[in-house]
Amino acid sequence: MDVTILDIRRLSIAFGGVRAVDEVSLSVAAGTVFSIIGPNGAGKTSLFNLISGIYTPLDGRVYLAGVDVTGLLANRLARLGLSRTFQNLQIFFRMTVLENVMVGCHRHERTGIFADLLHLPSVGRQNRATRDRSHAALARVGLAAEADRPAAALPYGALKRLEIARALTTQPRVLLLDEPAAGCNAVETAEMASVIRGIAGDGITVVLVEHDMRLVMNISDRIHVLANGRTLAEGTAAEVRANPAVVEAYLGADTSREAIRARA
Amino acid sequence: MSVRKLLDHRLAMIVLVAAIVFALPPWFPSAYYYRIAALVFVYALAALGLNLLMGFAGQVSLGHAGFMGIGAYAVAIGPAQFGVPSWLAVFVGAALSGVVAFVVGRPILRLKGHYLAVATLGFGLLVAIVFTNETRWTGGPDGMTVARLMLFGRTLSSAQSWYWIAAIAFVAAATLALNLVDSPTGRALRAIHDSEIAARVLGVDVAQKKLAIFVISALYASVAGSFLALLNGHVTPEVCGFLRSIELVAMVVLGGTGSVLGSLVGSAVLVVVPQALTAVHEYETMVLGLVIMGFMILLRHGAVPTLAARVGVRWT
Repeated sequence: MDVTILDIRRLSIAFGGVRAVDEVSLSVAAGTVFSIIGPNGAGKTSLFNLISGIYTPLDGRVYLAGVDVTGLLANRLARLGLSRTFQNLQIFFRMTVLENVMVGCHRHERTGIFADLLHLPSVGRQNRATRDRSHAALARVGLAAEADRPAAALPYGALKRLEIARALTTQPRVLLLDEPAAGCNAVETAEMASVIRGIAGDGITVVLVEHDMRLVMNISDRIHVLANGRTLAEGTAAEVRANPAVVEAYLGADTSREAIRARA
Repeated sequence: MSVRKLLDHRLAMIVLVAAIVFALPPWFPSAYYYRIAALVFVYALAALGLNLLMGFAGQVSLGHAGFMGIGAYAVAIGPAQFGVPSWLAVFVGAALSGVVAFVVGRPILRLKGHYLAVATLGFGLLVAIVFTNETRWTGGPDGMTVARLMLFGRTLSSAQSWYWIAAIAFVAAATLALNLVDSPTGRALRAIHDSEIAARVLGVDVAQKKLAIFVISALYASVAGSFLALLNGHVTPEVCGFLRSIELVAMVVLGGTGSVLGSLVGSAVLVVVPQALTAVHEYETMVLGLVIMGFMILLRHGAVPTLAARVGVRWT
């Protein structure tokens, strides 16, 4: 049952001599929620950028469902079933909410540019299919009523969910969520938790970077702790919470609220 | 925007542009007016091509007149040197432009912002230099005569004929552009405009899409260049000069990036105003400059989008 869907082996990248990610290895079992945590500057987002093809690693390999995908461009990875959301929103602000999600269907769309220019009947059929799938994705994150509004008109928490709906329409096997609850209020965070559980419930593997420890502890099957680009610990929520090295890393960095919450 | 509304919008725009085409001629007192209107539609065709690149994909080209030059010299050299019929030379020119755009676009479309602008600028200058220096083929800086278009045994040289050819070509080109808006390719291009990185992680092959729209915009410019040469009966390297490229960008921005109707408005302003100003010859360039500045200050998102927003309608 424990099939590894994402396998990272000794992955490294350096920026100006600083090793932002230093020989990190981890493996994620299919259908689970896997969280990556750590103090600010621990290398979480860099690791995400390496996995999702935004950065090319200095060293190490990434395997997706057993296939070596190291250094592949993001659009190739999307076709292989890996998509992501962004910590700082990357919304298509000049498009409607529905159109944003429709872009996620792109890899399944089958009409060519000449058919599109001539508006052949196949384009109409394709658009209807894409629209239906996109409406379903919006419903899943609770944005069905906002479909025809300009994306720019949505509040912050809703835009976070819009990014998730958009990534879901690519039909990923692995979905990377970069701080989905950052900047969200308590109600929005609770909504986000149920959205993430729903995604995992459908068999999509979720890899999560998040600062909200309550959210992380509640929904993660396994938690991987980074500090200064290196692996500090890995385990279940209970194991990580009890690990003295983890508590130390948080308290040592600065007496952050995260650490206090981590122990709570 | 619901499906029904979008469809209606697309048809409404096509009908509107076609209505303009049919409504204008009764107001023309002489052949001169037909000629100016034909020029407006020819430049609007080139500007619309550039607008596909700028308005959809958010990429700029400061060398687009280079493709107009290839189209223009194709209908000049083809019939004169190789005996190719003019109508066929239009297609040969377009095919050549497409191939050149493909070859040039692959390396330079990786560049962003100012770097892309300068690279396309270099391309435009290069084309102009080739047409200026290859005197044996092109007549050099003085240019060469272009054989009139023959279709179905008739020579088409009157201003009236060219008005209808240019206007119908523009309506067709506008229809294709409007078709693209709500299509898989159109959505991918608009996504690239707003966030390349997000488009990429959603599986959009950004480089391939940019190249495709660059080639199509080159085809538009090339056909416009061919029409311009056939309409004038003469061509000089000025057709692909730097100023022409800048004029095309000005037409797009002044009319409204991303707006099909805007390309027509931008072209109309930059073609008609200089004609109207010939009366005040010494001050022509100065007044034209002031008119352009006035447009940009008062209608800063382009004439059509700004006015449409004021009356509360959609403008694509």
